[in-house]
Amino acid sequence: MNTPPQDERGASIRLEEVVFGYAGAASMRFDLSVEPSSIVAIMGASGSGKTTLLNLIAGFEAPSAGRVLIGEQDMAGVPPARRPVSMVFQENNLFAHLDVAANVGLGRSPALRLTSADQEEVSQALAQVGLAGKEKRLPGELSGGERQRVALARVLLRRRPILLLDEPFASLGPGLRREMLALISDLHSRLGMTTLMVTHHPEDAREIADTVAFLASGRIEAVGAAAHFFSEAGPAGFRHYIEG
Amino acid sequence: MAVAAARTFDHANPRVAAGVIALAAIGLLIGGAFVGMVWEAARDWSGAVSAFDGYMMRVARFTLWQAALSTVLSVVPALFVARALARHPRFFGRAMVLRLFGVPLALPALVAALGVLALYGRAGYFAAPLGYLHGGQWPGIYGLSGILVAHVFFNLPLATRLFLHALETIPADQWRLSAQLGMNARASFRLIEWPVLRSSLVGVAALVFMLCITSFTIVLLLGGGPRATTLEVAIYQALRFDFDPARAVALVAVQVTLVAVSVYLLTRLGADLAAERGLPVAPSRPVFAGPVERIVNGTLILLALLFVAGPMAAIVAAGLQADLMRLALDPAVHAAAATSLVLAFLAAVLCIALSLCLVGGRHALSQMRGGRPPVALESAMGSWAAFVLVIPPIVIGAGWFVMLRQTGQLFALAPVMVVTVNAVMAMPFAMRAIRPAYDTAAARHDRLAASLGISGATRWRLVDWPVLRRPLLTGFAFAMALSLGDLGVIALFGSDAVQTLPYLLLQRMGAYRTADAAGLALFLGLLCLLLMTLADWRARPSR
Repeated sequence: MNTPPQDERGASIRLEEVVFGYAGAASMRFDLSVEPSSIVAIMGASGSGKTTLLNLIAGFEAPSAGRVLIGEQDMAGVPPARRPVSMVFQENNLFAHLDVAANVGLGRSPALRLTSADQEEVSQALAQVGLAGKEKRLPGELSGGERQRVALARVLLRRRPILLLDEPFASLGPGLRREMLALISDLHSRLGMTTLMVTHHPEDAREIADTVAFLASGRIEAVGAAAHFFSEAGPAGFRHYIEG
Repeated sequence: MAVAAARTFDHANPRVAAGVIALAAIGLLIGGAFVGMVWEAARDWSGAVSAFDGYMMRVARFTLWQAALSTVLSVVPALFVARALARHPRFFGRAMVLRLFGVPLALPALVAALGVLALYGRAGYFAAPLGYLHGGQWPGIYGLSGILVAHVFFNLPLATRLFLHALETIPADQWRLSAQLGMNARASFRLIEWPVLRSSLVGVAALVFMLCITSFTIVLLLGGGPRATTLEVAIYQALRFDFDPARAVALVAVQVTLVAVSVYLLTRLGADLAAERGLPVAPSRPVFAGPVERIVNGTLILLALLFVAGPMAAIVAAGLQADLMRLALDPAVHAAAATSLVLAFLAAVLCIALSLCLVGGRHALSQMRGGRPPVALESAMGSWAAFVLVIPPIVIGAGWFVMLRQTGQLFALAPVMVVTVNAVMAMPFAMRAIRPAYDTAAARHDRLAASLGISGATRWRLVDWPVLRRPLLTGFAFAMALSLGDLGVIALFGSDAVQTLPYLLLQRMGAYRTADAAGLALFLGLLCLLLMTLADWRARPSR
């Protein structure tokens, strides 16, 4: 548990006939295959199942049927901490009472027992996301963008081959969002993590994604190259969603 | 802006006046009690001074000691039970456990004390196994142990619910995060749960401590002799058995000092004694506890459940063994039930009237001041009113008792005392139910009603009543339940002429008619539970 997988490249993700249902709601069904080290934009209307899809991969929800495979390994019964996955939420990625260094350090030791080498790595990770010297700040003293950078620094420290982003920039202004996208794309080019990003903004997808998966009412309606999706020949449902 | 403020001012005036009248009435009740005390102390100051003897010191020490012990024994286990419940947001029966943990709050202390006795008393259901463990005849749990068991029965579930409420404020994402980072139970307690629990710990402990330091009924029934007596019970004994008002005054002075010092210290520590207490709802978030933790948590929850459910089951079992038919035909029971219901109804009416006046007055004043800081009058109608909670009913009752005792009308005034004191005691709860709805409704309707010229009774009928009906009912049911179960004031003022159900129950117990007492306790408990359920009804949204 204390030594996360050192695999620095991305892993493939495959969902085979995964069925999932909340009590009192229509069940969802996902079939998806993601190439290692690709960046996939997950798009679709609210309630179409985007977050559920990520939760299934991260292990926060268990499918009622079907298989989730990461790097060809069946994830059934594997708890979230043992999956080769890091996830960044829209907010609440940090514990408000712990300083920035501790929040990042949790990525190395969940009981926060850090050696001086670990602390050195924490500082390096913070420097990589542009937060050098802010180790002792509390999350409340940071801006929304800085808080998400801290979460990304923790992702760096964990070195998992898969990164799940659940609208992590939704509460940021357009300028900050572009900056964060650049940061993600920079991290990706260096580490090659397979990245799934839920977003409502077509420009996010256009900027960094090579693949788009479009969800509608609990199903993956279409998957394809981003260039194709945003061309005139893109799927009708998707064009309707982004153009209104 | 100024014009708008001035316009509201015209319409607000009667509301402010009503608030002032309500405030004056409450002041009269509480102030009158203290005047009675001071007057008595001045008349017989040597008697009052000589009451400060070794016995008094022992009683004061015991009062603090039992409150401190009860607090620790309730709050520390509650931390872990709440944590266990928070770690398992979905399991069969969870909602039922939470409901059950709400029941002790609704039960009169008298009924709970009887339940504890029926279970752990000398002739209780557990007497045989406990006697076996004890190695001889089980002596029963009178004295400190009995008081502690009853206090924990009340306060463990209360503290658990409050802590759980605090834990539910942790965002679901953070639980997910802790699962993803692989925190074990200890790490997640240290890093996630403890910080939240710690911030509510002082407040919860303070509340439990205040409830225990002013506890009367439980100590009266379960305390044993001079070694396990609190100040409140000593006040009662000084007035009802020793006819020693000077001693009572001295005891009240000590009790008021203790309470005041405690409130001061606890608020300095950061406790909010008038804080909101809500029922936590189960959030939809996944469970990630490992097998060992599951077993530990399950055991914890089960133990707490058994401890809380035990006395309740005993109340039902012992009550059903009573000759309920004969009780139902007993004219003394009829009279006491009728008296109880009438007095509780009147107390609830008065409570609602006072609360409405204060809430209305406060709102009107806050409108008039615009953006300026609140004047003392507004604070008095708002937050100060909540502080009557920490003034023990026995103390108010004792003050009036001492003052009225020369009139010869003491017992005839019993109904007035029961109604007024209980109404004022229930007021903070009623205000909490009414104020949010009132303030929202007023903000929404005041201008519209003024522009359409709807005012007075028409406004009440068309605008206010439909919106406030539900919170008013909540406050009413709560006040009635509280008043129905109260033994404090009636213990002082009760007589053969004026008997309420709790008073009758106490008499039957004193006459060793235990089965009768058990039957009455079951009836009283069900009645209060029914009213509290009615009061909780509003928890569901109206649309």
